[in-house]
Amino acid sequence: MCLGVPMKILSRDGDTIVAEVDGVQKEASVMLLGEEVGIGDYVIVHAGFAISRLDEEYAQETLRMMKEVFAPEDMR
Amino acid sequence: MKFQDEFRDRELVKNMAANIRRMAERLTKPVNFMEVCGTHTMAIYQFGIRSLLPENVRLISGPGCPVCVTPVGYVDRAVACTADARNIVATFGDMLRVPGSRSSLMEERAKGADVRIVYSPLDAVALANANPERRVIFLGIGFETTAPTIAASILEATKLGLSNYYVLASHKTMPVPMEILTADPDLALSGYLCPAHVSTVIGANAYKPLAEKYRIPCVVTGFEPADVMQGIEMLLAQVLAGESRVEIQYSRAVSWEGNPKAQTIMERVFVPCDASWRGLGLLPGSGLAIKPELARFDAERALAIDPGEEQENPACRCGEVLKGKLSPFDCPLFATACTPESPVGACMVSSEGTCAAAYKYGR
Repeated sequence: MCLGVPMKILSRDGDTIVAEVDGVQKEASVMLLGEEVGIGDYVIVHAGFAISRLDEEYAQETLRMMKEVFAPEDMR
Repeated sequence: MKFQDEFRDRELVKNMAANIRRMAERLTKPVNFMEVCGTHTMAIYQFGIRSLLPENVRLISGPGCPVCVTPVGYVDRAVACTADARNIVATFGDMLRVPGSRSSLMEERAKGADVRIVYSPLDAVALANANPERRVIFLGIGFETTAPTIAASILEATKLGLSNYYVLASHKTMPVPMEILTADPDLALSGYLCPAHVSTVIGANAYKPLAEKYRIPCVVTGFEPADVMQGIEMLLAQVLAGESRVEIQYSRAVSWEGNPKAQTIMERVFVPCDASWRGLGLLPGSGLAIKPELARFDAERALAIDPGEEQENPACRCGEVLKGKLSPFDCPLFATACTPESPVGACMVSSEGTCAAAYKYGR
């Protein structure tokens, strides 16, 4: 029950969004989110509510740093 | 999602594992890192994270599954609610099979009780709205990830003027049990992989008192294999440097302050209370109760619930599993008397439970 799922917002009508992951579409409420989100944004949906925005820039930055630190040439 | 797949990159994870092994060579004694989130437990088993780690870096599963930590007395109260034909009990699916003292919601439903599975607490509110002659009782369990969604459902019911929506509340909050487990000398914890989605709400600052008071490293970590490996790597780096800080690995979803709107909605509906945890007992200030001014939504106060006498199955060792003191594989019931099809204890029921994860992926 505690599963939060990262989903992409397909549409928004007031506080209700339709979001998608792996071809599955769900309705969710954004009334708990403090920041504005719109179509194309990623959110973590838990129990019918978006609880956090998922920042793609931060994700890319984390990956870039991981790849830099853990590059194969540095490994023995 | 494209960037999510990249966090499962085998090559990257393999390199991280090599790095962790090199770092671990410098350890003077083994380290025990605990994850206190059911989704981490699932990921660790599913991706075989333990098999990538050297022997002196151990992962211990803690009380991170909300269904698992819910005590048997709560299940009894939920079962008691089904006895009145006026009531509809609405719940997330994984509560259904948790055994109470004498019965489970599943058994009661088979006998004709009106128990409905909902995906969102708002679905339970809609159910109440559509059935004005019935009473809808929603089973409010879960940590800080779920509590705001249930608070929002109570505010929605207020807005709709509903007088037939109730919550049987048993919410738990995370930092308190972490403090209890850190202080336990038997566990000798060296660091925490802090829960990710709980932290989206409460913020990483919530672990600072823990890190400072007990000098224990804390890293808020995501769920993909590369996230978990990096979380372990960050904990190891702190241990080797003799540091104890809070760090955020999962910065794409978690901030230091958390989600202030969710926090405000939670504070409008709940107040901290003492709470009973399966395995850990009564922990002061570790739960959330519905505020007195909203008592009409509080099933406990608004309805007469008689759960009968509480009886734990004496053979069940879930309590020790939840404290990280017993591995599922060392429980005599595991995969014999206790399986996901016929669970004896809560840890085998929910997919986030340590025993269920070990059963599905670990054998």
